[in-house]
Amino acid sequence: MSYETVIGLEVHAQILTESKIFCGCSTRFGEAPNRNTCPVCMGFPGVLPVLNRKVVEHTIRTGLATHCAIARRSRWARKNYFYPDLPKGYQISQYELPLCTGGHVDVSGDGAPKRVRLTRIHMEEDAGKNIHDARGDHSLVDLNRAGVPLMEIVSEPDIRSPDEAGDYLRTLRSILEYLEVCDGNMEEGSFRCDANVSLRPEGDDELGVKVEIKNLNSFKAVEKALEYEIRRQGQALSEGEPVAQETRLWDPDAEVTRSMRSKEHAHDYRYFPDPDLLPLEIDEEWVSEIRATLPELAQERRNRFVEAYALPAYDAGILTQRRDVADYFEAAVKAHANPKAIANWLMGDLFRVLKERKLDAALRIEHWPVAAADLARMVQLVDEGTISGKLAKTVFTEMLEAGKGPDAIVKEKGLEQVSDTGALDAAVEEVVATCAAQVEEYRAGKEKVFGFLVGQVMKATRGKANPQMVNEILRSKLQG
Amino acid sequence: MAVLARLDLTPDEQEQLTGQLDRILDYMDKLNELDTESVEPMSHAVDVVNVLRPDRAVNQPRTEDLLRNAPARDDDFLSVPKIIE
Repeated sequence: MSYETVIGLEVHAQILTESKIFCGCSTRFGEAPNRNTCPVCMGFPGVLPVLNRKVVEHTIRTGLATHCAIARRSRWARKNYFYPDLPKGYQISQYELPLCTGGHVDVSGDGAPKRVRLTRIHMEEDAGKNIHDARGDHSLVDLNRAGVPLMEIVSEPDIRSPDEAGDYLRTLRSILEYLEVCDGNMEEGSFRCDANVSLRPEGDDELGVKVEIKNLNSFKAVEKALEYEIRRQGQALSEGEPVAQETRLWDPDAEVTRSMRSKEHAHDYRYFPDPDLLPLEIDEEWVSEIRATLPELAQERRNRFVEAYALPAYDAGILTQRRDVADYFEAAVKAHANPKAIANWLMGDLFRVLKERKLDAALRIEHWPVAAADLARMVQLVDEGTISGKLAKTVFTEMLEAGKGPDAIVKEKGLEQVSDTGALDAAVEEVVATCAAQVEEYRAGKEKVFGFLVGQVMKATRGKANPQMVNEILRSKLQG
Repeated sequence: MAVLARLDLTPDEQEQLTGQLDRILDYMDKLNELDTESVEPMSHAVDVVNVLRPDRAVNQPRTEDLLRNAPARDDDFLSVPKIIE
């Protein structure tokens, strides 16, 4: 029997704020243990949480960008469980009346376009971090993360394959990055994913028994864990064994999922409205204000790039993955209208430098190694014939290293292309004279030697000769 | 119930509290008799909404003071009984 895979994803995205959700502690990553803590996030008795306005605004922003309905009235709930990563004994979250409901993400990837519906987006606080294996007899707790604001974005079970899951996550992350509500850094845990996956006989409407997979810290982990889990469940079902409803943990080293706890005696979270926090009332005015600040998102921008700049869809896709890259590209094109050449330099040489210098780790590149206007000017110098395409590489390297503009470099290094017929004539004659043997071969019909001779002329002029002119002059001399 | 709330109760206490809890639940049943069909659910006892603060990290680190209140510490961490599930 063949089975259909049904996947739903829960994403926890850290909301990009300076302070925590309910207190004035910093959210900065990588601080000394328990440095970003206070009586509120440490759960001392008698403290009162006060909600961070930006958390609400960023969540509304995300809801609007994903076509959700924004609740007019929203409230907070306590999710009760005992674990030392949350010293209060409960997590402040939303249960009934989440801030955003409905909505969808239109996923684009290698496959056909696909719409994934969203169930809800709600706000909650993150928990602290436990370290179990540093000491033999006790565990260590660091509460720097406790109270860091999160959005939980829950999808409907609309995803049908690991590839689609990866595409959905990449699209969602790009949306959050464009909105500047989350830095999308999976390594630092600011974009995390849990997956619910089940199989059902092809054609069935009813959902199979679902398994939740946790510890998915990269797109690759999500795809691999899902592939493994689909194989495991498929095998169990075809052997007539039931799939247990449970939570499983992805082990990235062994590349398997392992049972964590059975959902049958799952926690009873005993949700109830949190009396410490007042409800939210969101009026149309507030929503409109936020709506007015929404940027153009990656998908719209990609389509516009194809239309306005006549770029291949592939290039447009790469250039619009990041908002800062797309901004850079448009700034350069504005300075010199050769979109394809600028795209090539950006996606080739400049991307390589960004990677090498790890500048792409930041959500937004503030200081580009080469200014957009300089890159545009360099392309312009090539287009106008001032420098050869080959020497443009030299100019590019020099811009990177010396931080100078292209005009200054060309002048300083004497890189102007030689398009003067007299000078080129002389250079070609010289080569024809010194390479008599090759000239003979060419005349005897060996076309290939032509390239060699052109190379010799370029060498003699230290790359500065206008190659098109060299071609013409050489051809006429050889025929003569 | 005691297990969920992590309460360590003697058999006497268990019996006493079970009786008290039952009476509370009976009272809930009493409340359930009220017809609340046309009443909008209340989210909070206080009739105030949107209490918000600006996003500013104003807290100064005071790890020492805070850890002094912890039952046990290890370096700058809180120390708790081993809790691997």
